[in-house]
Amino acid sequence: MTPIWIAVIGASVTAFLNKYIGHSVPERWLNKPRFMRINTLVPIVLLSALVAVQTFGNKKELVIDQRLAGVAVALVLLKFKASFPIVVVGAAITSAAIYNWF
Amino acid sequence: MSVTGRFNPRTNQVDRTGISVAFTVGLYGAAFGAAGVTAGFSILQSCLLSILLFSGASQFAVVGIMGAGGSAISAIATATLLGFRNALYGLQMAPILKVTGLNRVLAAQITIDESTAVATLQDNDAERKRGFYVTGIGVYIFWNLFTFLGALGASAIGDPAVWGLDAAVPAAFCGLVWPRLKNKLQFVVCASAIALALMLTPLTPAGVPIITTVLLAVIFGWKK
Repeated sequence: MTPIWIAVIGASVTAFLNKYIGHSVPERWLNKPRFMRINTLVPIVLLSALVAVQTFGNKKELVIDQRLAGVAVALVLLKFKASFPIVVVGAAITSAAIYNWF
Repeated sequence: MSVTGRFNPRTNQVDRTGISVAFTVGLYGAAFGAAGVTAGFSILQSCLLSILLFSGASQFAVVGIMGAGGSAISAIATATLLGFRNALYGLQMAPILKVTGLNRVLAAQITIDESTAVATLQDNDAERKRGFYVTGIGVYIFWNLFTFLGALGASAIGDPAVWGLDAAVPAAFCGLVWPRLKNKLQFVVCASAIALALMLTPLTPAGVPIITTVLLAVIFGWKK
């Protein structure tokens, strides 16, 4: 099995377990203040790190290229409350324009 | 879903909200399908993530990390931690849905950000239940449909940068993190995670810089 297949199946299994556990355990098991505070921050750190690495990372190097312009446009669109598809398409068009014309 | 529901304006309102959320979010599935193929996943593998994993942020994390050369373990670990919020949604929804057996399996699979959000917007349990199912099933259908179309489209493309797909992925992550940044602490946490991940990128295998930032969540969340 290739690493991609392992990732697809493994992540699908744990995702389902996450969802199913919530429906099945007593509320007091998970409802602890410190735990909830940390859990609110977990998606923020992981997604922020993914933004950073996907914008600047090129294997093990950090580079500045057309992706940064795309992400900058995405942030401006988000600031103006654009919907998700608009944000993604806006970033793609910007990045493609710079990549193709410069 | 009751038959009489169709004559009830309140129920119609719930359905309209659910379906419009489902369609908008579903469109985003095209970005995921394209991201999957760009990261080296086949059309089948991209579609399976939408069918089986079915949680946007985790799916983007899996293809993002694998595409950057990360290990399957770091992809699975990151996706699992991102998906843990769905357990908390399940906790919220369980007393409202009261499902067992196969119905619980199905309800669990559609327990995501959007279905829970639309449910919690409603005023009573009957409408919460309806909002949950209409949105959850709706997102499931549109998300999978558009994943396939996005993957198909991207597989017809040679160099992803020509179409800006290389920037579409980080932009998608921006769209996912943005609504979660509501106070100063959260912005500080976001900035620290960016700094830590960039610092670690040249030093560690791909995927490790991402998962390591969970330490920041623990540190910042530990004390009130």
